[in-house]
Amino acid sequence: MGLLAGSAGIAPAYAQVPIATVPASASLGGSPIDLVIEKVALQVDGRIGGAVAMNRMVPGPLIRLREGDDAILRVTNRLSEISSIHWHGLILPPDMDGVPGVSFPGIRPGETFVYRFPVRQSGTYWCHSHSGGQELLGLYAPLIIDPIRPEPFRFDRDHVVMLSDWSFEQPEQILANLKKQAGYYNYQKRTVGEFFRDARRDGVGAAIGDRMQWGQMLMDPTDFADVTRATYTYLMNGQTPTANWTGLFRPGEAVRLRFIDAGAMTIFDVRIPDLKMTVVQVDGQNVQPVNVDELRIGPGQTYDVVVRPGNRAYTVFAETSDRSGHARGTLAPQPGMSAAIPLRRPRPIRTMADMGMEMAGMAMGGALKETSARPGAQAAMGSGSHAGHGGMAMPAAGGSAMAGMGDRAVSGPGLPGSPAVAHGPDTHGVGNSSVAMMARSRLDEPGAGLGSDGWRVLTYADLRSVVPQADRREPSRAVELHLTGNMERYSWSFDGKKYSEAPTPIRFRYGERLRLVLVNDTMMEHPIHLHGMWMELENGGGPNQPRLHTVAVKPGERLTVAITADAPGRWAMHCHLLLHMEMGMFRVVEVA
Amino acid sequence: MNRTGRFIVLRVLVGALAFSFAQPIVAGAALAQAHSDHSATGMPGMSGMTPPATGTIPPPATSPAAVQPAPSLPGPPPGFSGNTEVVKPSDPAKAAGWPSPVSDNALQTFLLFDLFEFQHGANVDAARWDVLGWVGGDTERIWFKSEGRYNGVLRAGEMDVQVLYGRLISPFVDFQAGFRYEQQLSWDNGLGRPQAVVGVQGLVPYGMELEAAIFVSQNGDVSGRATLAQDFLLTQRLILQPRFEINGAVQSATRYGVGAGVNDIEIGLRLRYEIVREVAPYVGVSWLKSFGETANLRSVAGESTSVFQLVAGIRMWF
Repeated sequence: MGLLAGSAGIAPAYAQVPIATVPASASLGGSPIDLVIEKVALQVDGRIGGAVAMNRMVPGPLIRLREGDDAILRVTNRLSEISSIHWHGLILPPDMDGVPGVSFPGIRPGETFVYRFPVRQSGTYWCHSHSGGQELLGLYAPLIIDPIRPEPFRFDRDHVVMLSDWSFEQPEQILANLKKQAGYYNYQKRTVGEFFRDARRDGVGAAIGDRMQWGQMLMDPTDFADVTRATYTYLMNGQTPTANWTGLFRPGEAVRLRFIDAGAMTIFDVRIPDLKMTVVQVDGQNVQPVNVDELRIGPGQTYDVVVRPGNRAYTVFAETSDRSGHARGTLAPQPGMSAAIPLRRPRPIRTMADMGMEMAGMAMGGALKETSARPGAQAAMGSGSHAGHGGMAMPAAGGSAMAGMGDRAVSGPGLPGSPAVAHGPDTHGVGNSSVAMMARSRLDEPGAGLGSDGWRVLTYADLRSVVPQADRREPSRAVELHLTGNMERYSWSFDGKKYSEAPTPIRFRYGERLRLVLVNDTMMEHPIHLHGMWMELENGGGPNQPRLHTVAVKPGERLTVAITADAPGRWAMHCHLLLHMEMGMFRVVEVA
Repeated sequence: MNRTGRFIVLRVLVGALAFSFAQPIVAGAALAQAHSDHSATGMPGMSGMTPPATGTIPPPATSPAAVQPAPSLPGPPPGFSGNTEVVKPSDPAKAAGWPSPVSDNALQTFLLFDLFEFQHGANVDAARWDVLGWVGGDTERIWFKSEGRYNGVLRAGEMDVQVLYGRLISPFVDFQAGFRYEQQLSWDNGLGRPQAVVGVQGLVPYGMELEAAIFVSQNGDVSGRATLAQDFLLTQRLILQPRFEINGAVQSATRYGVGAGVNDIEIGLRLRYEIVREVAPYVGVSWLKSFGETANLRSVAGESTSVFQLVAGIRMWF
């Protein structure tokens, strides 16, 4: 027992460092909490790789804070490079947020940084490095904040289920491969054989027409994950599907599962065959219970569910959204039990809706009014010739005032069923390879490859906060950001500009209530994470619209969140697919 | 440097202040010691039932011993920071020394042996290559290209080397301009000539790879080349690639074996197997047909003007 020191006999020469222990075996509470970042050897299905770990565990130890306390976390960096820990989803002072280059200089080698902040919230969160490829190498841990007041749901047992992805390839190598060949890891492309199969099923004309359409756009309809099982092993609480993480319960107990997607590049579809999951928290926030059979979770997101298992074993199945692989664990009354592992479903295909094309029969036209292009904040940020967005569409009936002062046009909330919005003439330059011609709300859709299995899948439209949101002001202005990228170059951006091309912060006025409009021009899902402030998802819930720290935006979707800019300082906002972030889908938001 | 010094002083001052107010912040060596007494609280009911991992490593500890103190910190005593550097919004002077939060414009390199093969046909035993590479970022790159053929039977052939500046002008297409040197490979009189190059390269609709360039010599002779290729996936690793290349010239430059008009076309069909993405051996067929004045010149040199070849090679990139 204890630390597996002196493991040089097992580890290859490059990894003469301590072996990581298997995680979720210890939790750190009290104050202060000490965390040490160092290189370790990590065994994954019998093979040893080099990881970066917190307290020699991957994932790191479960960090347990209490609402109302002052948290003190002392983080020591024993790497030879700058490191950092970001407390994902926590509302705290900017200099405690842990993003090198935005709000602090990072933790230098050998240095101990003391994070100190009041804990003003509760629920399931996590923390991770915000430095280079360290998170990809294992530097992440679950973080639970126990509430002062009891939560509005009952449970007898509590398990963290942290999903992640592990590769023996170095992050730089993965990135280099994608830069040279964007489809490097996709071994589920469409083949000639599939063409003939489709031709038999749909007719030759239809199959050719379909290929022509995708061919014209130069898009790959099988592009669901940039990094796949070709290099990844998917982990549940640090354990491979073979190792089978097992969460124990006593029959009759209500079991709370805290799902956290700590994957760098992986969106998971989670289900427990034969068990209904009651979703009770999203991003650490209590929501009115929703019973579902499956939910999609992207990097950075958390979902808490309560299940009532019978006296048998159940498989916790987390299939990747591209269906190339899965993470798996077991809920069981006894150790050593297991249940059937479902077959992975076939890889889905992107649709016209993902391309942002108008759907047949969709009512359009009269509901929309085009306003002229307004050179705005974006132009001031150095976007050069791509000044502002043209066709900023808004509901004709919407009487919301223009905010003026160089801001973009106000546009309406992206409620489910709201009309599609035509893209403006600005296609965001060479850094962007597609635009959503007609972006629309997709909040009530479960997501690509989901919803046709005969069971219920959670959607964003299902979510209602238990507590009404405090700030009921109508947003006084809108900031519109397009999620963009050039897949061939493997470059990712907002409004066609990488962070290095648009380093000037996006400005929020302190105290204002604003609407952030996210339009996904790409063919991929992007979980957009805003630091320091909540994003209230405008999903038709009115005062009970849920608040999120990470909002998943589907391809071709126009989605809006309301933000109360109550946190002065500089904050990061980025896609939580970490290679997208690293390649430029990143901005600094400054509240002043 | 000066700024860094000031911050250290600031930190020490604020640190001392914090200490005097009995804040639970421990500086310097005290921290290293305090490090060893952190506790691990096993939470009842909290995932404390992790089963053994597979493999040769013993099962994980579930007792507090799992988080034993790490050995004392190596090297100099740890620095101290935190709670002292309150960020003022937009303090660019301060942020200037900080690392960039992301590195989205790092230099990348690429080297592709697209064709790297032996060709066999009537009166032909040739080596054939088409190599390209680049160094750069997403929008600007320096390109290197070389293409050529050497027929061992005739001990003759031709090759070129290009160095180009490339810039992304549409999401899928690079504009390229630069220098080319064309060289006849011959056992008696191999002539060479420098040329200026202007061209485009990229993906065109339906996923075809297009490479098209115009070459202008010192004498004002204008020639050109276009290549079009497309991959068809028979399986995820078995890929059929039709490839079409056409060479032409506006003026004849007989010294260099070039006639006016279409010089030649090359139509190939290659079947490769990607053992890994980077390495794919292939076999295929290639038909090279010369036209007009160029065909006459080649006949004189003993070459066939229409030659069907079997090819075998390896496609590689790094």
